[in-house]
This record gives sequence, structure tokens and C-alpha cells, in this order.
Amino acid sequence: MSGLSILDELEQIATSAASELDTLESEEALLAWRNAYFGKNALVVKAFSLLGTLPPAERPLVGQAANRAKVALEAAYTQRAQALKEAALARSLAGESLDITLPGRPVQRGRLHPDTQILRELLDIFSDMGFQVFQSREVETDEYNFQLLNFPVGHPARDMQDTYFMDVADRGDNPLVLRTHTSPGQIRVMREISSLNPVDPPPVRVIVPGMVYRYEQVDVRHETQFDQLEGLAVGEGITFSDLKGTLTDMARRLFGPDARTRFRASYFPFTEPSAEFDIQCFQCKGAGCGVCGGGWLEIGGSGMVHPNVLRNGGYDPGRFTGFAFGFGVQRIAMLRYGINDIRYFWDNDLRFLEQF
Amino acid sequence: MKAPLSWLRDFVEIDMPVARLAHLVTMAGMEVEEIRIIGLPLPEPGSTTAHVSGLAWDREKIVAAEVTEVMPHPNADRLVLCRLFDGKEDHIVLTGAPNLYEFKGIGLLTPPLKVAYAKEGAQLYDGHQEGNVLTTLKRTKIRGVESYSMICSEKELGISDEHEGIMFLDPAVAAGTPLVDILGDAVLDVNLLPSFARCASILGLAREIAAITGKALTTPKFTPPPEIGSAAYATLEITDPQLNPRFVLGLIRDVQIQASPLHVQHRLKLAGMRPINNMVDATNYAMLELGEPLHAFDYDVLQKRAGGKPVKIITRTARNGETLVTLDNIDRKLDENTILVCDEAGILSLAGVMGGLESEVTDTTRNILLEGATWNMINIRRTARAQNLPSEASYRFTRGVHPAMAETGVRRGLDLMKLWANGTPDALLVDAYPQPKSAPVVEITPTDVKRWLGLDLNVLTIAELLARLEFKIEVSGDTVRAACPDHRMDIGEGITGKADLIEEVARIHGYDNIPETRMADILPLQQGNPQLLHTERTRDLLVALGLQEIISYRWTTPEKEGRRLPKTAAGDDKPYLRIANPLAYEKAFLRHSVLASLLDTAERNSRHAARLAFFEIGPVFLHSEDPSGLPDELQRLSILLAGQRSLQGWQKADTGAMDFFDLKGIIEDLLEGLDIPDVDFQLSDHLGFHPGKCATVRAGGKQLGVIGEIHPAVRERYDWGDTFKSPILAADLDMDLLLSLVPELTRTRDVPSFPAVIEDLAIVLDETIPAVESEKLIRQVGGKLLAELHLFDVFRGGQIGSGKKSLAYRLTYQAPDRTLTDNEVSQVRNRIIKRLDQELGAKLRS
Ligand SMILES: [Zn+2]
Repeated sequence: MSGLSILDELEQIATSAASELDTLESEEALLAWRNAYFGKNALVVKAFSLLGTLPPAERPLVGQAANRAKVALEAAYTQRAQALKEAALARSLAGESLDITLPGRPVQRGRLHPDTQILRELLDIFSDMGFQVFQSREVETDEYNFQLLNFPVGHPARDMQDTYFMDVADRGDNPLVLRTHTSPGQIRVMREISSLNPVDPPPVRVIVPGMVYRYEQVDVRHETQFDQLEGLAVGEGITFSDLKGTLTDMARRLFGPDARTRFRASYFPFTEPSAEFDIQCFQCKGAGCGVCGGGWLEIGGSGMVHPNVLRNGGYDPGRFTGFAFGFGVQRIAMLRYGINDIRYFWDNDLRFLEQF
Repeated sequence: MKAPLSWLRDFVEIDMPVARLAHLVTMAGMEVEEIRIIGLPLPEPGSTTAHVSGLAWDREKIVAAEVTEVMPHPNADRLVLCRLFDGKEDHIVLTGAPNLYEFKGIGLLTPPLKVAYAKEGAQLYDGHQEGNVLTTLKRTKIRGVESYSMICSEKELGISDEHEGIMFLDPAVAAGTPLVDILGDAVLDVNLLPSFARCASILGLAREIAAITGKALTTPKFTPPPEIGSAAYATLEITDPQLNPRFVLGLIRDVQIQASPLHVQHRLKLAGMRPINNMVDATNYAMLELGEPLHAFDYDVLQKRAGGKPVKIITRTARNGETLVTLDNIDRKLDENTILVCDEAGILSLAGVMGGLESEVTDTTRNILLEGATWNMINIRRTARAQNLPSEASYRFTRGVHPAMAETGVRRGLDLMKLWANGTPDALLVDAYPQPKSAPVVEITPTDVKRWLGLDLNVLTIAELLARLEFKIEVSGDTVRAACPDHRMDIGEGITGKADLIEEVARIHGYDNIPETRMADILPLQQGNPQLLHTERTRDLLVALGLQEIISYRWTTPEKEGRRLPKTAAGDDKPYLRIANPLAYEKAFLRHSVLASLLDTAERNSRHAARLAFFEIGPVFLHSEDPSGLPDELQRLSILLAGQRSLQGWQKADTGAMDFFDLKGIIEDLLEGLDIPDVDFQLSDHLGFHPGKCATVRAGGKQLGVIGEIHPAVRERYDWGDTFKSPILAADLDMDLLLSLVPELTRTRDVPSFPAVIEDLAIVLDETIPAVESEKLIRQVGGKLLAELHLFDVFRGGQIGSGKKSLAYRLTYQAPDRTLTDNEVSQVRNRIIKRLDQELGAKLRS
């Protein structure tokens, strides 16, 4: 063959092979194509061995042409092979399409009781302010539940706390009761901490969570067993303004940065001054709505620890002051989760609990 | 305590809307629970937290009118036609009020009757329906006579429940005056806390309002006050001044008993009391106004009882077995706590609670002996309770009335009796006050105020705030000396008195005006609380293991809890702690078992849940020998599992019933999660559990509790409905012990960096040998090189032969410091195989 005819043929092959490639649709056809154009007898391969038969002047020209054709065909091949692979994947994916509207596989998730969830949030809030948890018993003596908290025997303030009494042998003026509040914890914790150094007792900053009991008919809003959170801070510089600030901080963390509190004068034998504290309704921002009535949500009781109670705890009221507060944990949970019926809490219906 | 605004205005100027007043009073500690509107415009919605009731009267449509003639109705005997002038024009108005019958057909009335007249379109309460039902007055025809307006009863106007007749107005009112300008009012119903006993009166409340709003208080003046002295009409003897600190008597002669003036009756009704006659009304009026309950005796009865001797009043406690017929005609048995007012012939009344029948004031009474006394509030409380006699008087006495009020009360009572009944009071009061109460004097300084309240107030401001509450003030330098006024019992001495005054300063200054600060005091020593930490960790682990936390009531009954044991068992032999005054028998006993709470919960939920998996951490209550007498409150952790292992979705899932090993897996994971070492399970027999599917869990050699399947016979004691068939699995663990076993520190293993050799080993051994035996032996022989051992198959039957089982283990050999050689591994393996054969007779499965 002459150099010129080889050049012609290479050019022709390059064109026809490339257009042939575009028609191939299978792996096999691709393989056959490759054998045809890159096999031992294929011109792009053979051309190099024919170079020696050509006049020296034609050799570079033919050699370069053969190389160009080879490179071009190889690139075309790779491109086509890739395209075929992608098309095959696309076909296969198209066949694997799911009905993604079908439900997911059920997972058994465990859950904390909503009361525990809110309590943890509260413990976190107070823990950040330096309050530590102190736990106290549920069956109490009259002495701890009332007398040491400045409720003398027969005092009318006892009517404010309808009490369950335990049926035990006569103990005179000190019967056993189911604690009506977590406040006996105030005496227990003050005594525990002041006993560490009776002359110079260390300051106290604790919260006492726990179940309390009131002799009260149960309805949508009233429980006879409920969870209460008590707070107590005693030191040489604790003020009513600190009480207001502390509870306002709590309200902000529970209900957002705009939350406001309100303190109403009240009476509890173990605090003085005493205050009920309300949080401005987060639904209506104080305008009044179905959740709150008059724009404020009643939360709990609070006040400065009464001098007699400080003394009973081992703290000299001339030197120390303290504040205390208490409120229902479920009350907070009801507000936060929009729970309409307080009886759901200890009824343990899974259809309620599984919503949390 | 119900306080009409109009009455409060006798003592203090009130120039703000009633909702605002209610708010201020509430904020100062006297919660206004209800505002009852009498004709005034209703408060804006949302302007008050108090409940609002009552009716606003239209100024144009509800006015005073005069009835000039009452004429018979042509077609009805029980109706009358009234000629009425409404200030502008005459009308003929139809009514059926019986209290107009006496005027029927007697011609022109001079003077005319003044009545409340409602015109067409007026909003009123329907007089013929129970309660307060709003209705609009419409034009209608009654028995052929056109009717478009009416003369109102008190009920129709929302003043009282009175609908027997129409209401008459003061003869002095002018026809046409809007009724609201005459009788418009609002009644504050105030819930008084025990420390606000001084406010259980109109004057008391007015005093607070004056202090809060900065207005002056008008104190009542009495016409000529009798002197205290030794009077001939009676003598007094107080047996125990602790029980009866003070007793004051007054006498008024020749009273004319009749109905009280209309405005008095009106006030009493608004304040929630029924008018009786001018004498009883005078005692009630004085009590409502000043807070001192009074009691009126028929003096002639007392004289008769004295049989010619002078009347002598004696106070003492009852003797066992004494009785008294009280004025409600009930013969009452008295106990030794009851304080009595007696004369020398016997008992006259239950002091502070109720009078006796015999000496009661009647329509024929001429001379009245008036008692004003104060009593020990605890005894009165006991008596009012024991006799079930709550009353306006005992309401006040059980909260404490200052002895000074006894004298003021009697003066006011005599004054009113004279005014309304033309009586002549004796010039002298008889007074027994053996131990006059001295007024506490307390000193406070701006430093005290700052220390307690975090509020800067100067000495003059403090003095001024206290003076508003009628404390007698002396200021010297930085000190306010405040003497307690003669109407309050709630101010102590010393540091307690200081706290009392601080509260008054805060209240009158306004809690809203105290700043909000963050505690600046030193932070107390911070300590860990492992008990709490590990309890919460336990909760988290159990939740992560797919369990729902529950919290149950602490009370139960022995019968209910007894169901967790077989019927034939003797039951729980430990005595229960019992509540003396439970709401119901079902809530009378404190629980012994948290597991029982879980079983009850499972029973209730089995109707609507295919899978039950929950836990509770909480106390049980057991009698203890502790000298305090307090019971043990022991923390338990109980777990209950029953029903489907997995929930059924649309794909294949293991929905078989959970079994012992589901529970055991949870327990193992929990204990591992708490890093509790040395855990083992021992087959054991526990009452209430399946004898072959129950284990004692031990850790560190201590019994943590029991896990297993609930005995089928116990399961049957609960109602699982028709569809819930699965076995019930339960764990009952000692939470206190569990927490004590959690190590303070734990160590973590390094992640292995050399390759492991993994082999399977299947052995055949006697069924009687527990799997744990072969596992222990393999671990023991495998030593340090055996990094992991995992049982992946248990097989029985087939070629294994009866009485045998095959256990297949996957063993992972690994050294922390090198790659193990085949030789090392095969040596260990051979030793394991040999020892299994020697010690357990276990053969390699071919
Ligand atoms: Zn609201």
C-alpha cells in the first residue's frame, strides 16, 4: 500500500468507526467494535507495522495520522462506553423507585413521663443558678410539716392545707401526715447544712422536688397527689428582690425572653413577706384569654423565710435572710404542653404518655 | 367576706373603676374572687381576674318611679294595675306583686310608693326562672291588657333572690332618676387569708383601701358613748382569760322591735345576710361594719332566771355531759373544749358560735343585754367544727378578733339599736378585761428594709407607709418605732415583729415597686449528687431500651396489691400504712409494691395497646422501728413487658410475644449501662412468678431483685380483655441497692489495634447443665486471649439426641500487643475443648 492510500483509509476508518460507535447499544457490540478497530488486523494497529514499507519521507506523515486516528477512536470508545454505563444505571434506578409515601418501619421509642421531662428542665434552670437538689420524705410528722414551719397546733392557717393523716397509734400533737407541701424539706435541709457548722452555718441554695398530697376532690384542675418543686436560698444577703429576680429568670427560661412575673401579697405561715407569683400569659401576652382569664397565670407561692423558720433550721434570723418558693410541676407541664386535664398525669394511659 | 362599694365609701373615698379597685386589693393580699355588679356598668372583659357577675342597669330604661294608685285588674284577681309616673309621663303598669294588694282600690296614694320601673327593651333577670337568666322586656298582652314595662322585684334587678314582691325605694327619691344613681353598687367578694382577719369587716377593708390608695380613712363616730363602769344591771366573771380575754356588756331598754330601715336591709342583703328585725340586724350590721360579732340576750329572760338576784354572766368551759338547746332548736351535747356563756342558772350560749334558744331575742323583747366578747380562736374553731356550725361570727372568731373590738362593737351595736328602735342605752358598759393586751412596739430601719426587700426606702417613707395602716409612729434618727393599732392581732414582737412590719411596708409600697435582682450572695459549696445522677441515668437507659416511664398514685388497697400474688397465697403479711381520712377506700393505703402499680397500669392499657413496655421508679412505704415513728420509704425500680416484641408495620416484623429473654436483655443492658459489675442470674422460685421462668438478679453478691414471667395463675387475676394473650414479664428491683452498686469510677478498654482471629465452636452437652456453666468455663480457659465470647445458637433435637443441647459460640481471640499466630490460637482452642469435655462432658458437635 502506498502512504497516500493508507492515509485515505485511516481517515475513512476514523469517520466510519466513530459513526458506527454511536449506533452501538450493548456491551457485546461495544466489544465487537473494539475487536474490529483495535484488533491485530485493524488498520490503526497495522499501520505502525507498515511504516517500514513506506518511503522514509512518508513515514512521519503516516505515523502521525495513524496515531491521531487511534487516539480519536479510543476517546470515542471511552465516551460511548461511559454513556452506555450511565444509561444502564439510569434504567436500573428507574426500576427501583419506591412509594416513599408508605410509612416507615415502626421503632419502639421509650419516653420519659412528661412530669419528669418538665422537672428535668426545671432542675437545669435552677442548677444553672446554683440551686442543688435535695430530696425529702413523703410521710412526715406534724412537727416538720407544720409546727417547725410556723403553723402552731390548731392554727387557722392549717385550714389552707387539707391534710391526710396517717392512721397510727396516738402521737398527741405530732401525728404522721402525708406531706402537704415540700416545705418540710426546708427544715430538713437547713438542719443538715447548719449542723455542719452551727456557729457559722454555711449558706443554703437548694430545690426540693417531690410528691405532695392534699385532701381534695379530684377534678380537671385539682389533684390530690401532685408533684411540687420547692426552692430555698438562705444567706447573709438574700432579699425579696432576689426572689423576684430568680423567679423571673425561671419564667424567661420557661416561656421566652419576654416573660414577665407578678407578685401578689399573700399569706403563708412560713414566709414573710409572702407572695403568690403569676407569670404573664404567654398566649395572650397579658390581654386576657381562655387559658388565663385575666392575662396572668397563677403559678405558686413564695416569700422571705419567716424568722421562726430560719431559727428552727439553725439560722439566726438577725443575721441570715432567705427566700423560698414552691409551685406545682404539673401546672408548668400543663401550660407548656397544653394539657387540659390534670388527672392524665398519674392515670398512665399510654395514649397520653406516648404523646411526649 | 362580701363588701358593697357603697358601704366602703362610708369610710374611704373610692374614685376608681371597680375593676381597678379589685386589682389593687388583690395585689395587696386580699384576693377579690368575685365582683358582683349591681346596676353599674360591667367591667371591661380582661380588666380583672375576679369572676364578674351581675347586671348593668340602662340609665334610660330602668328608673325610679312613683305609684300613685293601685287598681284592680278587670280580668284577674291576682293582678293589679298601677298608675305610675316615671318622671315624664303617666303609665298604667300591670303587676302581680302581693305586696301591692294592700293598696288595691284605696284610691290615690299619699305619699306615692317609690318603685324601680323598667321600660320596654330593658335588660333584666327573669324573675320566674331559677338562677339569673337574662331577658329583655318586650311589649305583650296579659289577660287582655297591653303591657310594655314593669315594676321590678329585687331578683329582676339582680339585687337578691327576692321575687315575692316588688322592691320599694326610699320615699325621698325623685321619679325619673336613673336607678343606677340611687342603688348602683358593686359587691367585692374577698377571700381573706388567716393573716388578714382584721379585714373581715367593712371598716377593716376600707382601712386597707385607704392605705393602698393613699386616701384618708373616716373612722366612725358614735353618739354618746356609754362609759365603762360598775353597772347595776349585770356583773361579769371570766373563769379563764386565756379562753375569754375580754367580755363587754351593754344594756338598752324599751326597744321597739320592727323591720330595719330599707337601706339597712339593702346593705345586709348585699353583704350576704338576711334582714330579720332591727335588733338582730343591728348586731349583724355592727359585726359586718367593725368585725366584732355581738350577741343580744333578752334581758327580761335573764332577770327571770336570776330570780330577783342581779344578773351575773359567767364564762367557762363545758363540763362533760352538759347540753344546750341552741336557737336553731337543736339539743347539743357539749365537750370540754366548748366555751360557754352562762348565768347562775345555767348555760346561755355557745360562746362565739351560737346563742341558746331560751334567752333569744323575740318580737316581744323589750330590753336587750348586748354581749361583745373575744374568744380563744382555737377553741372556737374546734367547737364550730364539732357542732358543724360555721357562721359569720365563728368565721371571725376563728381567725382572731382583737379584744379592743369588743368594746367598740358593743358601742356601735347600742348606737344602732337606739337609732333604729328608739331604745335607751344604759349610761354604763360592764367590762371584764383581766389581762389587757399590750400593743407590740417594733423598731425598723431603712437597713432592715434593704436587708429583707432589697429596696431603698428612707425612714420617713417607711414611717408614712406604716402610718397609713394606723400604726402609731415615732421616728428618731434612722429608726421607726411603730406601735401596733388596736385592731390587729398579727403583729409580733422582736425579729418576728420586724418581719411583720417589713411585709406591711412591702405591701403598701407595692410588690410591683420592688426591683428584680439576681442573687449577689455567695454561692454555696457545690456538691455532686450521685443518687440523683444515677437515678436519672437509669431512667435514660431504660428509655433508650424502649421503655415508657410511668408515675403512679402512691395509694392502693391490700386487695388490689394482693392480686400480684397467687390467690392461694397468704398475701402480703406486712401491715400497711393507712390513711386515717382517705377520699375513698381505694385511696386509703400506701403501696408496698411498685410492681403492683405496673400490673394495674398494664391491665388498664391492655385494651388498646399491643405492646406494653414500661417502668416506674418510686417509693414503697413500710412500717419501721425508727424511733421517729416514720415509715421506711424505699425506692423500687419495676419494669413490665408484655405483648408484641415489635410493632406490626406493613413489612415483615418479629411480632411474637416477648418472653423472659427480652426482659433479661433489658436488665443486662441496664446493669452494664450503669457499669455494675459481677452480675448473675439464678433460677429461683418467687411468689407470683412462673417457677421455671424466674430468676434472682444479683450483683456483687447482693440480691438486686427478681425478674421473670408472672405466674399464669396471677396473670388470671387481672382482666386482660379478650385479645391480649401474651405472658406478662416483670422485674422488681431494689433501687436503693442498685444505686449503691454503681461504681464511682469506671475504666474504658482501648480499641484493639491488632487483628483478631474469629472461630466458631459448637458443643453438645447435657440439657441439665446451665449454659452459663460452659460460658464461664470457656472464659476461664480462654483467659486474656479470648477477647469476646458470643453465643449465637442453641439447638435441640435432630442428631443431637434427647436430653442434650447444642450451643454454638463465636470466639474472638485477640492480643493487645501483637498479632496472634495460628499456633497460639489452636493451643487455646484445644485446651478449651479438652476442659469442656473433662468438666462438663461437652463434646464438639460434628
Ligand atoms: Zn391569656
